[in-house]
Amino acid sequence: MSLLELHDLKVHFPIRRGIVFDRTVGHVYAVDGVSLSIESGQTYGLVGESGCGKTTLGRAVLRLNEITAGKVVFDGTDLAQLSEKEMRRRRNRLQMVFQDPLGSLDPRQNVESILVEGLAAHDIGKTRDERRKRVLKTLDAVGLPGNALSRYPHEFSGGQRQRIGIARALVLEPDLIICDEPVSALDVSIQAQVLNLLEGIQQELGLTYLVIAHDLAVVRHISDTIGVMYLGNLVEEASSDDLYAAPRHPYTKALMSAVPVPDPLVEETRERILLTGDLPSPANPPAGCRFHTRCPWRQETRCDTERPELRQIGTGHRVACHFAEQIESGEIRPTSELAAAILPDAEVQTEVPNA
Amino acid sequence: MTTKTDKIDRLAELTAARAEPEHGLGLWREAFRRLKRNPMAVSGAVIVLLFLVIAILAPWLAPYDPEARTWDHEVFQNQNIFVGPRAENWLGLDNAGRDELSRIIVGARQSLLVGVVATGLGFAVGALLGGLAGAAVGLGGRVGQRVDAVIMRVVDMLLAMPSLLLAVSVAAILGPSLLTVMVAVGVTQVPIFARLLRGSMLAQSHSDYVLAANALGVKRRRIVLGHIVPNSLGPVLVQGTLSLATAIIEAAALSYLGLGNPDTSYPEWGSMLADAQRFLSGAPQLAIYPAIVIIITALGFTLLGEAMRESLDPKLRK
Repeated sequence: MSLLELHDLKVHFPIRRGIVFDRTVGHVYAVDGVSLSIESGQTYGLVGESGCGKTTLGRAVLRLNEITAGKVVFDGTDLAQLSEKEMRRRRNRLQMVFQDPLGSLDPRQNVESILVEGLAAHDIGKTRDERRKRVLKTLDAVGLPGNALSRYPHEFSGGQRQRIGIARALVLEPDLIICDEPVSALDVSIQAQVLNLLEGIQQELGLTYLVIAHDLAVVRHISDTIGVMYLGNLVEEASSDDLYAAPRHPYTKALMSAVPVPDPLVEETRERILLTGDLPSPANPPAGCRFHTRCPWRQETRCDTERPELRQIGTGHRVACHFAEQIESGEIRPTSELAAAILPDAEVQTEVPNA
Repeated sequence: MTTKTDKIDRLAELTAARAEPEHGLGLWREAFRRLKRNPMAVSGAVIVLLFLVIAILAPWLAPYDPEARTWDHEVFQNQNIFVGPRAENWLGLDNAGRDELSRIIVGARQSLLVGVVATGLGFAVGALLGGLAGAAVGLGGRVGQRVDAVIMRVVDMLLAMPSLLLAVSVAAILGPSLLTVMVAVGVTQVPIFARLLRGSMLAQSHSDYVLAANALGVKRRRIVLGHIVPNSLGPVLVQGTLSLATAIIEAAALSYLGLGNPDTSYPEWGSMLADAQRFLSGAPQLAIYPAIVIIITALGFTLLGEAMRESLDPKLRK
């Protein structure tokens, strides 16, 4: 059985107006019906542009956001149904690593106090020595020296701070760690170190990760399965290799084509899909397929009225597009008004006049 | 051979001594360390300490009895005859023939006392109200929001009134006395501290490390007391030192308006200033002396406060 399963998870934030009496004038549909499952010991990567709801989803799993509807089944129990107290007790099994390494560490706590806090909250280890031993072991595991214990976050470098953040999650020996943009605040040279550390820990301890990121390279490197989110919905899900080799959803295609290729010849000639328009407001999402306002393959028949289900095509490949097969076979071509957005080689060159 | 090993040993000792300290510096200690290096802070602290020492040692420092009209035969206020600085009286005589320097020195006692007690009062009550409101929001729920709304509306009412008017009305209601002055000035400080602490707590409660503590499974109460409150106190303490300066000026203003301490057996800077205005043309120095010491004291506290703000702000750290 999967370690974590989300069933039609919805997180809607009410928009309140009024000075004395609040009234709810609408909702931001941050996460609007996402179902996915993560196998034990695997890494699930969640990608999507800013504001697509991936961070909200991650926080909802830990119940740091209120869940509007749906189920979060972790190891057989629906976390959404637990009382606050029961949820608090269970938090040692689900942990989180944050994007901002400095902001997520209390500047007034030294490393020992940061790491012991979780142990104390869950009554792990009775004596001070017992806890310190465990903390030291964890520091060792994330590659920090033992003399870091009495130092404060501001005395460390960015990469080391993120190691402290990882150690804080790790010290509770959780089963699932949600990494919310774990490396996007770090220098590129440090990113690889931290990613390798995360991978090493996973192999050692058999951890399960939900990695949230916007950097496709990062996600590809670390994930077994990747889910692509757009405006609160999961639009495509496939194994890492599959998704990069053959993206099926128009949004994923566009996303992938935005990644530069290091080979200049390929880079010059490859097809690029430029999306027009902005991300629609999640407070007022378009009807039908959420992506139809920007989709170059949009069809008049169903796209703006009927919401596509995430359906299975091929083994382990799920996509939420009515016409995924037809697009693949070339039966449906990009519509004329948006066709200009797909730039073949020649047009790209005319756009960039050079000597 | 031996010399070489000796050299290496010595080198090792040197590097060991220069290596990072075993214990990290906490935020407060680090702030204090930086404060000591800041010339602004040092000058502020020197001024404040100087006035504190003067206030404490006033009876021994003052050359004469500040109330003794020893030289009243030399001063004729009706004929505009005043005595300026001279060998016996460094700052001259006031309108009743009393030694001006002694009055300024002894006056430091009351002015500083009023400033410190009034600010302490405002700080205590304001921080209590603001802390309650902030904690209520931090603990969450509908009830918390109600508690916060009630407290903050009361605070807003206080804030809506001009502070001097508020102080004057409090002083008028309670009747003039030393305690009245302290309470009146303290009341005007309450909303500032309350607003500041609450706002600061709200900002902290949205920070990532509070979210992280929540994710760890730390209890809400512990998050509020262990993370939110300690991290919110910095700006409030800074405001405290800045408020001390305002409190002294406001206490002087109350005395000036005749709402100060009616017991005139002790000189006080504000009332000295008030008395001097009648002789402004004949003896402007009588107004200038107390004004200068008020300004210097206020400046001392302000410098100290500003320096504290700088050293506590994590963004300004190197």
